[in-house]
Amino acid sequence: MEAADAASLAVHTQDLAKRYGKTVALSGLTMSVRRAEVFGFLGPNGAGKTTAVKLLVGLALPTAGQGWVLGAPIGDLETRRRLGYLPELFRYQGWMKAREVLGLHCELSGMGRSEWRKEIELALQIVGLTDRADDKVEGFSKGMQQRLGLGVALLGRPELVLLDEPTSALDPVGRHDVREIIRTLKARGTAVFLNSHLLSEVEQVCDRLAVVDHGRVIATGTMAQILGQDGAVRVRVTGLPADGRAGLGEFGNLEDEGEWLTFRGLSTDRVPQLVAEIVRQGGRVYAVEPRHETLEDRFLQLLKEQDS
Amino acid sequence: MRPVLTIARLTILEASRRRLLLALGVLTVVVIVLTSWGFSRLPTMSGVTPAEVRLASSQLTILVAFMFSGVLALGSTLVAAPSIASDIESGIALAILPRPIRRSQLLMGKWLGLALLVTVYAAGSGLLELLGIWLATGYTPPNPIAALTFVAAEGIVLMTLTLLLSTRLAPMTGGVIALVLFFVGWIGGIALAIGTGFDNETIKNIGTGSRLLIPTDALWHGAIFYLEPPDFLALARAGGRGARAGNPFFADAPLPGIYLAWVVGWLAAIVGLANWSFAKRDL
Repeated sequence: MEAADAASLAVHTQDLAKRYGKTVALSGLTMSVRRAEVFGFLGPNGAGKTTAVKLLVGLALPTAGQGWVLGAPIGDLETRRRLGYLPELFRYQGWMKAREVLGLHCELSGMGRSEWRKEIELALQIVGLTDRADDKVEGFSKGMQQRLGLGVALLGRPELVLLDEPTSALDPVGRHDVREIIRTLKARGTAVFLNSHLLSEVEQVCDRLAVVDHGRVIATGTMAQILGQDGAVRVRVTGLPADGRAGLGEFGNLEDEGEWLTFRGLSTDRVPQLVAEIVRQGGRVYAVEPRHETLEDRFLQLLKEQDS
Repeated sequence: MRPVLTIARLTILEASRRRLLLALGVLTVVVIVLTSWGFSRLPTMSGVTPAEVRLASSQLTILVAFMFSGVLALGSTLVAAPSIASDIESGIALAILPRPIRRSQLLMGKWLGLALLVTVYAAGSGLLELLGIWLATGYTPPNPIAALTFVAAEGIVLMTLTLLLSTRLAPMTGGVIALVLFFVGWIGGIALAIGTGFDNETIKNIGTGSRLLIPTDALWHGAIFYLEPPDFLALARAGGRGARAGNPFFADAPLPGIYLAWVVGWLAAIVGLANWSFAKRDL
């Protein structure tokens, strides 16, 4: 992809690789994140997720490949004005007040001083820290520091926000709040790159996702594409003759589990036709249910396929 | 330039908020009051002439300056060693550096903030101490401003070296290495004085080499020279080189211009190396 094409994307990487000595952290990462979408980046521990984010924000230098963020090569100084980032290892100056930390980041991002106050108040309000704005950060719990980090990442209405495990220190209420914040960001046209190993979190908020393992993307697409929800139906049947079962193969990939038959790749509008065919062959249908594969099932399956 | 000033202000603010400036300020005032009281006893001793008071004051002033230069050197090492390394270890740098700020701007901001702290401390403590000595004995060294400049330069040199180490090493490791180098430099200075006194080329070369690699001791001797009254210098010179061999509290000449140029170049090289080292580091 040319740099000009990359400009239309929030993130684009081409064979991006990172090696620490003999250890390969990332081996040829190729992916695209569209503008104004919530993109989930999934992978087991050590898959290279945090390394990828660090490369995108310029904290680490790639050993091979290329990458563009908001149309500019990764590490570009001016582009960083339009980025928000919450690191996995979040820590802020304990001797400063929360409001001062936000002020420092306003200053470093080059924001006009007249905008600081409004931006700081808005960030505090979004992350629920307005009441603690004038407290020193050293007195904050880990969860509150993560909220502050999220507030820092939201300053200046960035076009792309990269969140590295943003709920690792949060309670269920905090996690819910983060999901709401992500939805708000999407609504105002901000692309969100969500690096997480909390599958339920990704499942609830992401438009598209990539699954990485051993530093390489092993699957990418929309949630439906990843889950393969183009049709998986389970039918509980009795009295179906053996040759009748074999004839049902035309409805999709058949998994025969005795009374339960699973048809993969079956579109919903063909389900009545399937039931009619079973009945025609003498079978008695007790249940028809769409097979709902969770992201966790699919994730584990992908990793297993990758290992084998 | 603006990010550099922001980080410099942040560095000074941190030293202030963490009560480093308060602690150092209070202790320094206590030391100055005590030493000034000690100086005030000199003229009251029985049988001493004003010339003897002046001579004793000049030598004691050098000892007190040595104490302050030591505090400054150790202090600047302790403050500089964690300045980059701790920010990386704790994660503070991970939040700051994705902002539109170059790593060199972060480093130079830290350097500028620490250099200002070193300079202000050297000037403030030095001038207050000299005021105390003047009030107690009426003695003033021949060129206190030049002497304090060299003391501050000694602190800045050690701070810069420690900052370089801080870009790659853990705070404790970088701090210990910097202190070892500081004391190696001091011993190297004594070796140079002994080698010069006894005309031993090998020892002289070792001393010269250590001065080139670690200029702290040479800068300390630069400070000493401007604290010595001319009549004392003449007396010491008359005693011959052997008589003052190895004396770490004596300098019979100012630092040559070529050496000062070397120190400026050394400082620029270390700052450049620190920037290169930090820029190439994965965080």
